[in-house]
Amino acid sequence: MLEVSGLTTKYGEISALREASLHVGSGEVIGLIGPNGAGKTTLLNTVAGLLAPSGGTIEFDGEDITGHSPERLLRSGLALVPEHRRIFVNLTVEENLRIGGVTVPPSDRPGLLEEMGERFPVLRDKWTTSAGYLSGGEAQQLAIARALMSRPRLLMMDEPSLGLAPLLVDVVFELIDSLRSQGRTLLVVEQNATKMLDLADRAYVLRSGEVVAEGTGTELRDNEDLFDTFVGN
Amino acid sequence: MTELLQNLIDGLGRGSIYALLALGVAVIFGVMHLLNFAHGELITVSGYASFWALGAGWSWYLTVPLIVAVSVLTSLVIERVAFSRVRGADDFTLLLTSFGVHFVVSAIFLLYVSASVKTFARPAWVTNTYAVGPLRIEVFDTVVIVVTVTTLAATTLLLQRTTFGLSLRAAAADFDTARLMGVRSNSVIRGAFALSGALAGIASVFWLMRSGSTSPTAGIDPMLKGVLAALIGGLGSLRGAVLGGFTLGLAEVILRSRLPDSVASLTEGVVFILIALLFIFRPQGLISVPHAERV
Repeated sequence: MLEVSGLTTKYGEISALREASLHVGSGEVIGLIGPNGAGKTTLLNTVAGLLAPSGGTIEFDGEDITGHSPERLLRSGLALVPEHRRIFVNLTVEENLRIGGVTVPPSDRPGLLEEMGERFPVLRDKWTTSAGYLSGGEAQQLAIARALMSRPRLLMMDEPSLGLAPLLVDVVFELIDSLRSQGRTLLVVEQNATKMLDLADRAYVLRSGEVVAEGTGTELRDNEDLFDTFVGN
Repeated sequence: MTELLQNLIDGLGRGSIYALLALGVAVIFGVMHLLNFAHGELITVSGYASFWALGAGWSWYLTVPLIVAVSVLTSLVIERVAFSRVRGADDFTLLLTSFGVHFVVSAIFLLYVSASVKTFARPAWVTNTYAVGPLRIEVFDTVVIVVTVTTLAATTLLLQRTTFGLSLRAAAADFDTARLMGVRSNSVIRGAFALSGALAGIASVFWLMRSGSTSPTAGIDPMLKGVLAALIGGLGSLRGAVLGGFTLGLAEVILRSRLPDSVASLTEGVVFILIALLFIFRPQGLISVPHAERV
């Protein structure tokens, strides 16, 4: 479904991502793990069109989408739940969801809102509340629900458990698991490597902007040197 | 008491026009982080369109929609020709570009039309007044206030109830994330310029009806009022812009009526001193807006 080949992204003269390659098949849950500054967020932001790559290609369903704008990529079926959630705090919960659904036909939007209300009851109770008043866990659920409103074929998540209390981290991982059981394709950047490897079909390890290992959770965990050195937990 | 009520009505009339101009400035600032010093040029161009239309025998009834249409079109052309090329640039570059647009538009009329002030007939009813108890109310002020309130209500509906309005508010809060949600940057920016142009167009109608004239530099005064009102209200806040417009209008009218005759001509200077004091004690303006990344 997603084929990233030799992707390089620079901030000025500094390469944050160096010839990274990865593959995501339909229905797979793929983890991206690695220490801080490894280039995980840069990789997701480049695939999502927020950053322009200086080299390499990105293909989605066989189509070259390298350098496409975020709005165009979303219409192709590729959505990102950004780091730090970035919900619109000046809009209500419902308005945040409606903005997530701007690309779907207007007649489909009420049904999608209903579906999100059922899946995320905590949000339905706060439908008309300003999103700025949500707790961290609620805000994360809103960020995921907002991305689901566009009916993406590939959902990318950047650090969905970042800054959450341990109980809420479990809620987020349960949510990822339930999305997997629905057959959704997910590419997840996660600092909590142990939990991510338990959940993912496969994972890529990044360090200093390069993909240094790839494998199933068991394979990566069995490689103790790699796990301790690059993941550190 | 009667004088205060009279000031209030006069101030609301004047402030209405400032509120419309300030709202246009705030809408553009929201999506582009651009403090648009070229906003007054919409009135300059509309002024010349009025001069030519009225000179050709058009009635004011026909000229009013022409003014609004010309203002919207000018706003869109300025975006396409100038601001679309500096999208994503730093604030200072955007600011300089807007100054550049202001000087270029002025120069075009100076070079190809005339440096002199062009006058045209104002509608007969502009100076009419009617009495309500001890108050003398201008028909013009009444029309301005009613049209402004209607326009603000329609703008609120547009921003709250439509997909465009939702996209504009989301983009003003966090442009990159709005794009991740599928909001098209071109549509939302051009829509913002069209809305800003429409609001300036309505303000133009009243400004030109009152002044009955235009010149290459006619846009400076309305631009200053609009930008100042937006700053007073709190840059980036749409409600603040409207509040700033009414505050500025009321301050001008009250000072003009209360200052001794010997210093009445310094009203504008005193207004600037008051604005400076406001910014010393409340630099963010009347309503503060959290900082957000923009285009």
